[in-house]
Amino acid sequence: MEIYLIIMLVLMILGSIYSLHAKDLLSAVISYGIVGFGLVISFLLLQAPDLAIVQVVVEIVTLVIMIAVIKNTTHEENEKSFSFSTIFYLAVVLVFAATFFIIFDKMTGTLSSFGQHFTRMSTAYIEGAHETGSANLVTGIVFDFRAYDTLGEATVLFTAVIGVLTILRLKGKKKDYK
Amino acid sequence: MKGMGIIVVKVSQIIAPVIFLFGLYVIVHGHLSPGGGFAGGVIMASAFILQILANGAILPKLRHEEHGLEFLESAAILGFLILAGLGLIISGSFVFFANFINRGVVGQLISAGFIPIENIIVGMEVCAAIATIFIALVVFKDEVSE
Repeated sequence: MEIYLIIMLVLMILGSIYSLHAKDLLSAVISYGIVGFGLVISFLLLQAPDLAIVQVVVEIVTLVIMIAVIKNTTHEENEKSFSFSTIFYLAVVLVFAATFFIIFDKMTGTLSSFGQHFTRMSTAYIEGAHETGSANLVTGIVFDFRAYDTLGEATVLFTAVIGVLTILRLKGKKKDYK
Repeated sequence: MKGMGIIVVKVSQIIAPVIFLFGLYVIVHGHLSPGGGFAGGVIMASAFILQILANGAILPKLRHEEHGLEFLESAAILGFLILAGLGLIISGSFVFFANFINRGVVGQLISAGFIPIENIIVGMEVCAAIATIFIALVVFKDEVSE
């Protein structure tokens, strides 16, 4: 079981390294997609199918948006002739796709069947809630068991505010252009 | 942005402090009753938004307020991280966000360790974030129309 996870992580690291060093943006974005879809299969490996569903939706939408942006902003189309390197790239793509497919097939078999929940975590949360000292169960879970998650939510808000301020600041932009 | 009529201004001056207090109540009692930092922060921000909508916007004053809110927001998220780090250092269990304060009696206002402190910090963060976004939009609209 762990060997599949290690294979997935190695593929993800390879994809992210290639996306850092790729020459054009399109191949960088596509190889970055390896990381996202590898994360989907890793979530399946770690028995978290709900996270895998969220991740696959987010990854597809982000990839489509990024490819659309690149298609609309870059004007040069680099057309390559058929050569030895094309066969090499095709082989690499086939190897990646085959690995993804085989591990995905193995993992979907290990998940619990439809309607049979795997409630180890939720039972632990409900039984351990009195240890947090909070009378409100939801607050106990959100700020104690899953405080790291809450930190992420607060950071999302922070980033959204920074984005809004960056886009809407007219005065600063005008000063720079003068 | 222009303000509204005298009736709306007066009523909002009476209502806004009550809304603000209710937001504070929801945040402080987050570990006892439904609600918490996120809900209470939005309620507190709505008091600011009501005031700005009713009284209209005076640009220099709003920009000043925007700077203050930005500072409050950054300070809140930094405080959250520092609290997490303190849990790591003081508790000695090497767990991020370890509850290092004595938990007290369940059901009292001062109990549950550092969960109320976390609630207050998240409330600050959410209130400042929502109000900053609103003020940024108001300032942007007025600057475009100038």
